[in-house]
Amino acid sequence: MSARLTLGPVLYHWPGAERDDFYARIADEAAIDTVYLGEVVCAKRLPIVGEATERAAARLGRAGKAVVASTLALVMDEGDLAALAEVADGEGLVEANDVAALARLAGRPHVVGPFVNAYNEATLAWLAANGASRVVLPAELAATAIATLAAAAPVEIEVQVFGRLPLALSARCYHARAHGLAKDGCRFVCGENREGLVATTLDGTPFVAVNGTQTLSVPLLEASAEIGALAEAGVGWFRLWPQALDMVAVATVYRDLLDRRIEAEAAHSRIAAIAGDRPLGRGLAFGHEGRSEGWLARAE
Amino acid sequence: MSPLKIVAPAGTPAALEAAVAAGADAVYLGFRDQTNARNFPGLNFDRDELAAAVATAHAAGSAVYLAVNTYPEAGDPGPWRRAIDDAVALGADALILADIGLLDYACRRHPGMRLHLSVQAAASSAPAIRLYHEAFGVRRVVLPRVLTVARIAELNAAIPVETEVFAFGGLCVMAEGRCQLSAYVTGRSPNRDGVCSPASHVRYETRDNWLVTRVGAVTVDAFSPGEAAGYPTLCKGRFAVAGGGPGYLFEEPTSLDVGGLLPALMKAGVTAIKIEGRQRGRAYVGRVTKAFRRAVDSAAAGGPVPPLALDDVTEGGRATTGAYARAWR
Repeated sequence: MSARLTLGPVLYHWPGAERDDFYARIADEAAIDTVYLGEVVCAKRLPIVGEATERAAARLGRAGKAVVASTLALVMDEGDLAALAEVADGEGLVEANDVAALARLAGRPHVVGPFVNAYNEATLAWLAANGASRVVLPAELAATAIATLAAAAPVEIEVQVFGRLPLALSARCYHARAHGLAKDGCRFVCGENREGLVATTLDGTPFVAVNGTQTLSVPLLEASAEIGALAEAGVGWFRLWPQALDMVAVATVYRDLLDRRIEAEAAHSRIAAIAGDRPLGRGLAFGHEGRSEGWLARAE
Repeated sequence: MSPLKIVAPAGTPAALEAAVAAGADAVYLGFRDQTNARNFPGLNFDRDELAAAVATAHAAGSAVYLAVNTYPEAGDPGPWRRAIDDAVALGADALILADIGLLDYACRRHPGMRLHLSVQAAASSAPAIRLYHEAFGVRRVVLPRVLTVARIAELNAAIPVETEVFAFGGLCVMAEGRCQLSAYVTGRSPNRDGVCSPASHVRYETRDNWLVTRVGAVTVDAFSPGEAAGYPTLCKGRFAVAGGGPGYLFEEPTSLDVGGLLPALMKAGVTAIKIEGRQRGRAYVGRVTKAFRRAVDSAAAGGPVPPLALDDVTEGGRATTGAYARAWR
C-alpha cells in the first residue's frame, strides 16, 4: 500500500467562511487522502465552528476524501464530555485525543490521536486491543523509536511531518491572558491570529505561538528529510497540520516526495519557498543526535 | 470525618525520615534513573535504600509509594518493568504509574498490587478515570492541577476510586504529561527522561548588572540587582507578545498552597493530599509535612485550620490556590 497523506484538524480559530474556502480547495485540488475535522483545542469554539465543520465534512466526502472526526484534546467538564459524546457517537471514524474518548470508543475501530501518550509497544498493543486501528505518534518520539514501533505495530502508524507542532495543552487560556482577559470572558481573541500569537523572549527571539489554551512551536515542522526512512520502516500515514498558507501546494510536495518523483532536498526547497519567512525545523523527533539540545536551537 | 491522608515527597533517605517523623501517612519516591519524573542528579533511591525506606516507614506506620511515572522507551521496557518488580519485591505499598502499557504489565504481573494513577497520565474526567480503574484496577488517581474543588466533588461522586490532589509546592501550568516545552528547547522531557527544563541546560549570565537566566537557547527571565531569581522553568518565564511588554506569559512564579481549602477538600471526598517536592531537602519536607499534619488533624476534628505559616518557603514568596478556587478563570 502506498503511503497516505493526511491533513490534521485546524488547530486555530479560523472563521467559518475561511474554513469553507480552505476545505473547498482541499477537496478539489489537494493530494490528500484523509482529512481530520473538528475542534481539538477549546470547547468554547465549538458552537462557532460546528456548522463549518459539517459543511467541510460533506464537501470533502463528495470529493472522495476520507473524513475522520477529531475529539477535544483536554476533556475536563460536563460541557467537554457532551462535546466528546457528540463526536464519538457519530457514524464515521473518530480520532480520540483524550483517554476519555478511548473509553467511549472501546470495541469499535478508531484512530488514537497525537494528544494521547503512546510511547511503546505495550501501549500500542493495549490500544489495538481496545479497538484502535491507527495511532498518531506523539511528536517527541525519536526516529529510532518510531521505526521500532512501526516495524511490529498491531496498528497503522501515523506521524506528523509538517506544520507548527503542538507542544502543550492547558486548562488556562494564554491568549486571553495575553490580552488581559479571563478565559470566561475571552472575547475569542484567539481568532485574531491566523497561526497563533507569537511570544518572544526578553531578547526578542521568537519562542512559542499561543493558540488559546494550546502552545505551539514557532518553526514549522518540515520532515521531508526523514520521510523516506520512515516509510521504509513501515510508517504508512503522514500528517500535515493546516497552516495559513497554500496547503494544496504543500500537499503536492509531500505527495511527490512519497511517490519518489522528487528527492528530499528538492522537497525541502519547495516547502521553504511556500513557507516564506516562517522558520522551518526538523522536529522534536528527528535530527538531534544524543538529544543534547532541543529543536528550537536548530530551526533554520 | 476521616482525616485527609498526607502524602509527602522524599528525594533522599534523610527526607523520608523527616517526612515520617513529621507524621506523613505515606511517602512517595522513585528509583535513581529515568523511570521516574524527578530524575535529578543526587536524588532518589537505589534498591537497598528502598528496602531501608520501607522498613523505616512501616515501623512508623507510614506507607511507601514508588513512582514509575515516565513513559517506557520503544524497544526497551526493561528498566521500567524491573522498577515495578523490584518495588513489589521490596515491599512498597503502592505503585504510581502513568503509561498504559506499564499499567497493563503491572496489573497482570502483580495482580494484588495497589496501583495509583500518576498525575502524568492527566486523567481529568470521570470516563478517563473509570477506564484506568476498569482496565487496570487502579485504586487511586492523582488529579491534574486543572480542576476546581466543585469539579473534584462531582468527580468523586462519579468514580469508584480514591482521589489524591496536590496541596503544596510547585505547580505545572500545562496539562501534566502532555507538555513538550522542555523537549522543544532542550531535547529532554518529563515523559521520556523524567526532567523538565533540566539543570544541565540552565545558564546564569550577568548583563549590565542584571542576572539573566537561560534554558538552552531560550532566555527565560532577567532579574534586576537584589531581585530574587527563581529557577528558570520554561513555562514560568517572562515573554512578550506583539503590542505588549514582557510579562509572565503562562503563570506568575507562585507556589500552590491549599491550606485554607482543607475542609472543602474533605467535604469534596478527597482521600489524600500530596505535597510536591522530591527535589527539596529534609528540612523543607519535615516542616511542610508537620504544618499539614497539624492543619489536617484540626480540620478532621472540626476545628479551625491553623495558618500553615509557610510563606517563606513558597516559590517567589507568593502562594496560590491554583485551579481549585478558580481565580484565574
